[in-house]
Order: sequence, then structure tokens, then C-alpha cells
Amino acid sequence: MSRVAVCGGTHGNELSGIYLVRERLKRREDGIEPVSVVTLMSNPRAVQLCVRYVETDLNRCFTRAALSAPVSEHSPYEMIRSQELNALLGPKGSAQAVDLLCDLHNTTANTGLCLITHSDRDWICLHICKHLQREMASTPVRYVHFDIPLDEAYSLDSVGKHGFAMEVGPQPHGVVRSVIFSAMQEGVQLMLDWICQFNSGTLFEGGSVDVFTMVKNIDYPRDPRTHMITAAVHPDLQDRDFCLLHPGDPMFLSFSGETLRYKGKEALYPFFINEAAYYEKGVALSLARKRRVEIPSVRSDTRR
Amino acid sequence: MSSRANISCLQEAKRVAIFGGTHGNEMSGIMLVNMWIENAAEIERNRLVTKPFISNPRAVEKCTRYINTDLNRAFTSENLSAPDVEGLPYEVRRAKEINQMFGPKGSSDAYDVIFDLHNTTSNMGSTLILESSTDLFNLQMVHYIKKAMAPHTCSVLLNEHPQLKYSTTRSVAKHPIGLEVGPQPQGVLRSNVFESMRTILKHALDFIELFNSGVEFPPCTVEVFRVQERMDYPRDTNGNITAMVHPHLQDCDWEPLNQGDPMFLTFDGRTILYEGASTVYPTFINEAAYYEKQQAFMTTCREILAANAIRKAFK
Repeated sequence: MSRVAVCGGTHGNELSGIYLVRERLKRREDGIEPVSVVTLMSNPRAVQLCVRYVETDLNRCFTRAALSAPVSEHSPYEMIRSQELNALLGPKGSAQAVDLLCDLHNTTANTGLCLITHSDRDWICLHICKHLQREMASTPVRYVHFDIPLDEAYSLDSVGKHGFAMEVGPQPHGVVRSVIFSAMQEGVQLMLDWICQFNSGTLFEGGSVDVFTMVKNIDYPRDPRTHMITAAVHPDLQDRDFCLLHPGDPMFLSFSGETLRYKGKEALYPFFINEAAYYEKGVALSLARKRRVEIPSVRSDTRR
Repeated sequence: MSSRANISCLQEAKRVAIFGGTHGNEMSGIMLVNMWIENAAEIERNRLVTKPFISNPRAVEKCTRYINTDLNRAFTSENLSAPDVEGLPYEVRRAKEINQMFGPKGSSDAYDVIFDLHNTTSNMGSTLILESSTDLFNLQMVHYIKKAMAPHTCSVLLNEHPQLKYSTTRSVAKHPIGLEVGPQPQGVLRSNVFESMRTILKHALDFIELFNSGVEFPPCTVEVFRVQERMDYPRDTNGNITAMVHPHLQDCDWEPLNQGDPMFLTFDGRTILYEGASTVYPTFINEAAYYEKQQAFMTTCREILAANAIRKAFK
């Protein structure tokens, strides 16, 4: 693994990643031979305005279709930028793409640190997750999987041969909280340490990792006429990301005082509970199934 | 024992407004006001008229703090008397409209009370914001609210500072009150924050109803936190912040900050200590909207204000 990318500011108001990228650029942290680390600010215009995006969500612009669509100067800024990033760090799916792309995010939800990918059998990502879980004492680390084929994977991390979003919460948008920044900084450092060790031929023992696979999203209850939300996430669910939600458990508390309960048949794991940016996407929380994935031992091939 | 001479007789407070969405991403007030516009039963009282109102609808629509300029700083006399010309920032036009509808500011036609509903990313809990230490009506009202909310704490912030005081949306009314409840991220609605704000307003309206029906409120004292100073983040020559609020200060709004206590943590791990000579009570610690206003937190000092007994003036 010789080329790694660390990206921040894919959403311009998720400040831990933005400040981490600035710090790394200030200290010219280019990696230790033979690993080269590219650090960059994905959406500089959104960062300058401290908004999630200027015209359209950059982290939805990396599908095969979006990357090959014709763009002109009239195209939305983020559509142009995603193709620039694909040229710099990809092209997605090709041999020239970076070996690992780590995209830094924050969420208002109480998720701890999550590595989010579209694959549940990327042994590199799974081993990195295991390494972080072992080494990070005070931050819960989890592996979240969106089951999407590569062509339809829409996020920046899908541009690298291996990749994940490193999502740390809870942090309000537009704010940097020092414990969240520190957790992200530690996560990135541990990831880079793992890559160095991997490259120098270290054997990483196999084992198992709990993988949370996204099953469905749940929207807020809304008024049928105005479409306005009519309830808030229930106080018993708020901040309880990754705590098993059983059928009948409280989910929402309506403004009229009624408790609305989870009506699904299967107990699932909620996450991204009450993420600010998802109101406009019609998502109050996501639900995942958990399963244990066995991972093989890995060692890099260091023969010249 | 209260002597007749020490009771202040004040005008009835018949016209009351509740503003939400002065900042378009502070969700509790927006949802409460929208709910009350649909169904006002909860905010109706017999002896007053209550008007729920979205102050910055364009910002609410975009779920952003403001469109051109902060509405909650826009009610200066310069803005309010600006001529209607093209190119006037949206919020200045809106301030003039609001001044027409609920003011004019400083006149006898102005609304009696305006509650302006806000959220903050800071851990301020339920906070009531006053702009005057001599407004007896407001002092008695916050005293009533604090007692009614107990054991839930309501802090009272007093901003009478000549340089740091600003021209708020609510300042159009004779008795302006800010309600600030946190912590809540921008763009997010947290149930407990929503319900706290709702309950504060219920008690506030109950107070006004009792006052308007002739109830006499005895003399009282109110503990307030008086704004002293704005503390900015350490910044580099490009204006970028070089440190974060220290983990020991983060979320410690209203707790004493003493000389030598940790204040900031630089990105490379160095602690910066508070050097002030006297103990202060910080608030608005790490409020998202204040990064651009050069404020990491505000210092306050504790003070006890005394208020005379009040009752409604007889006609």
C-alpha cells in the first residue's frame, strides 16, 4: 500500500476533519517512505462558507454515472469538484487509484467513531477497524456497511482501491469539540501506523469483527398536508446509537405528547439517530443488522 | 411587610408575541411557533393576546442562521430608519417590517412583551436573557419562571454591557425576553430541549395572566449573570483558530472559571490557561454561530438584583 489519501471538508461544516487536514498540511505530513500520504480539503468552497455544500451534496457525487456525466461551467460546483477529485485520487475502479482513501466526517448523532464503507469483505478496512478497536481506549469503534455495488457507491471513499469514511460524533456542525478532534486524530494516526506495519511485512492475525449492515431508514412522522415533522426522536432513543431497538420500543414523541413505537418485526441497531443533515433527506435514523464477520490473517507481499 | 409606597404599578401587558426562527436553524422555536400558528390553544390566555410569529422565514426555509446578515443584530436605529431602497439586505428590510408590526421600538404603541426563542450548541441549559437590570416586570417574570421550573434550573443572563449589548429582534417590545435553550446542534430538534422551552413559555404566559388579573407580586431577588467580556479563540495571522475549547471547560457553562484553570487546547496539544485575576462564570462556551463573531465564550459575574413588588396599574 503505497498511496494513501486523507480527505477532510467533504462537508464544509464538519470541523474536526477540516482542522485535522489544516494541521497536517501546516506540518507537511507527507507520510513515511515508502507510503506517501496525500492530505486534501475536498470541498474548499463549502469549507469557506462553513456549510455542508454549496449546490449539491459532494458526498453523493461519486457514482459511476456522476463521474462520467458531461460537465460544463454551468454544472453544480460539487459535480465539477467530484470529477476533479476522481482525477486526482482515482480514477475510481482503475489501477491508478490511491490504495486507501480515508474521508473524515462528523455527525450530530452519538455514534462514537465509525468506519463506513460499501464493502463487508474488504480485509484491509476490517483489519484497520480491528486495530483501532484494540488501541482506542475511550472511544467506541464500529464498522458500518452500506451494501451497494461499487458503480452505485456514491461517496468519496469509493474512489480508492480501499476506502472508508471515518465518522466521529457527536459534534454539532460548525463546532469543533476537542475530545472529538482528538479521537479523529488518534484514529487517523492508528490507521497510518497500521499501514506502515502492514507494508513492513507484519502479519496481522485473523479474527472477527462485528459489522453493522444498513437495512433501512426511518423518517420522522409528518403532517400529510404540510409535510412538516410532527414529532421528535423520543428521549429514550436519543443518543442511543447502536443500542438494540426492539419491536415496541419508543421511537418518537409527538408534539401532542404521544409516544410512537418501533413497529418493525425484527430487533435492529439504530444509528445516525437525529443527524442534522438528514432532515432534508427524510431520515430520522437508520437501522442496521449486526453480524460477526470472520477475517483472514493478512500480510503484505514484501518480496521485491 | 410591604409598604404601599414600595409597590410599583405597571401597565397591563395585553399584547404578547412569541418569535421563533430569528435564526433559521434553531429548531425548537421554529417548531413551537409553527405548531402554535396551526393550533394556538396552548398559548391562549383570557387577559392577553398572544401572537406566534416566524421572524426570519427565508432563513427558516433554508435552515440557515441568516440570509444576508444576522437578524438578531439588525435592530439598530440606523437600520430601522433606513430608507426603502433596492439592495437593502433582506434582514434589514425584515427588521423594518417587524418594527412596523410589533413596534415602533421605543414608542407607546409597541408590543408589551416579546419572547424570542433561541437554541445554542453550548451547554447552557434553560437560560433567560435580559437586557435591563431595572425592568421590574421582567425581573418578576423571570423570578416566577425560575420558581415554577424548579428543580430544573433556569439561569438568567443579563446583557447590559455598553459595547457587547446588541440590537435584538425582541428589543422592539417594551419588555423583551430571550429564551436560550441548549445544548442542541443547529438544524436538529431534541425532544428534551423542545419540551423545556415549551414549559418555560407556559409559565411565562401564566405569569402575565396572573399579573393582568390584578395579582400583586411581592418584592423578590433574582440571581443574574452579568456579561463582562467576550473571549476569542487564539488565532494565527490568517485568522484561523489555533486551539479548541479545552475539554475541562467544554460544557461547563455557568461553572466558576478561576485563574490558572485550563481554557484552550491547541491543535498540537498545548494547554492555555485562563489568566484573569478574578473568578468568572463562562457561558456560550463553544457556540457554533460565534466562531465568525470572534467569540469562544463570554465571561460573566454573578449579581443579585432586587425587584420591588409589582401589580397592575388601575385605570
